[in-house]
Amino acid sequence: MCLAIPGKIETISGEDPLTRMGRVNFGGVVKEASLAYVPEAQVGEYVIVHAGFALSKVDESEAQKVFGYLRQMQELADLEEGAP
Amino acid sequence: MKYLDEYRDGPLAQQLAREIHRLTTRPWTIMEVCGGQTHAIVKFGIDELLPPAITLLHGPGCPVCVTSLELIDQALEIAARPEVIFTSFGDMLRVPGSTTDLLSVKARGGDVRMVYSPLDAVKLAQQNPQREVVFFGVGFETTAPATAMAVYSAAQHGLRNFFLLTSHVLVPPAITALMTSADSRVQAFLAAGHVCAVMGYEEYYPLVRQHQVPMVVTGFEPLDILQGILMVIQQLETGRAEVENQYTRAVRREGNLPAQSLLRRVFRVVSRKWRGMGEIPQSGLGLTEEFASFDAARKFGLADHQVEEPATCIAGLVLQGRKKPHECPAFGKECTPEHPLGATMVSSEGACAAYFRYRRSPLETTMPA
Ligand code: SF4
Repeated sequence: MCLAIPGKIETISGEDPLTRMGRVNFGGVVKEASLAYVPEAQVGEYVIVHAGFALSKVDESEAQKVFGYLRQMQELADLEEGAP
Repeated sequence: MKYLDEYRDGPLAQQLAREIHRLTTRPWTIMEVCGGQTHAIVKFGIDELLPPAITLLHGPGCPVCVTSLELIDQALEIAARPEVIFTSFGDMLRVPGSTTDLLSVKARGGDVRMVYSPLDAVKLAQQNPQREVVFFGVGFETTAPATAMAVYSAAQHGLRNFFLLTSHVLVPPAITALMTSADSRVQAFLAAGHVCAVMGYEEYYPLVRQHQVPMVVTGFEPLDILQGILMVIQQLETGRAEVENQYTRAVRREGNLPAQSLLRRVFRVVSRKWRGMGEIPQSGLGLTEEFASFDAARKFGLADHQVEEPATCIAGLVLQGRKKPHECPAFGKECTPEHPLGATMVSSEGACAAYFRYRRSPLETTMPA
């Protein structure tokens, strides 16, 4: 039920913040979603969509953090292995 | 797909799992609250990557599963009326009430329709002014903003033939109920990421302080869940109990303010009976006075009645993390997704359905105690 998936906003229609709609592309499948709850979202940005509503914008720099963390962990492990 | 596939990377998942192994020195019991996470854990075999000392308990986070039998019976009663177009999400249609389910009502001529968004139900009401359109709103805080907007937009359009039967429930009161039950084994929680995308996670600070349980807001992909578990273990192993956020790409501490503001206008907090868990104070959403004319229960004058759960089904224990699905004698025998005895076997987020789908062979179902 709480399944919500990230998609990219392709177009936005409507001016009124409460009825603003977007066409959102989920890996090739395009669906209409209400942008009422993400008034700041723009074309080209990613939003998390649930039951026809975008609930939050995906923060690109935060999205990379887990990978940065894993890289660091790996480098540390390599260092330790390399130590005499 | 961007923001999905990269979080399913096998070698990176292994790397996180190795780190969890390295840090774990003692047995720990962690509950994932959300049924979507349960599904991902069982599907991707995340529990099998963990050290045997870590037990994952599956929580009550399946809104379809916790919708009370009484409410489903009311839905069945409304759906059978000839003037009604009855709408809900797909999962809800197959959940057994005390005698039948919505799909059977449909087979007998009831106008029952599956919708993707509550707004679709509002559209139906506009297109069918001579009919009464009822939306059975079920879900946690993640789904409530969609339902709130449907009611709000029905009001904006002056619709008099749109009604909401609400089964919306709230997560923090359920966590409180679990923690205050005497025999709770839960030592830490993975909090549901999308619930927090809407509500933020301020509410969890007092809970964490009171019960001294780590709580990590966690996403839904394998790397998210493993990182959430790692963060929980780091806290447990160092004796900390804090609120942390793993799912920072989608969740801000304050949540989604426009959504919260509409929620407050359309809904008020009410007590609600959870299937398998009983009445939990302040754990549901009902319509405010301003929108009371859209209340299906009021419109159709439904009487409250009490019904007993079938004795064979132990879904209540499954929902509270006290039993695993395969410990139910009916699991995979009398009870299958085709002939479900309980809601946890129906919903794609129900633990019984997840185990049936991914863990059928008895060998695979043996879990570390
Ligand atoms: S397997 Fe079926 S009968 Fe047993 S607890 Fe799950 S839903 Fe209920």
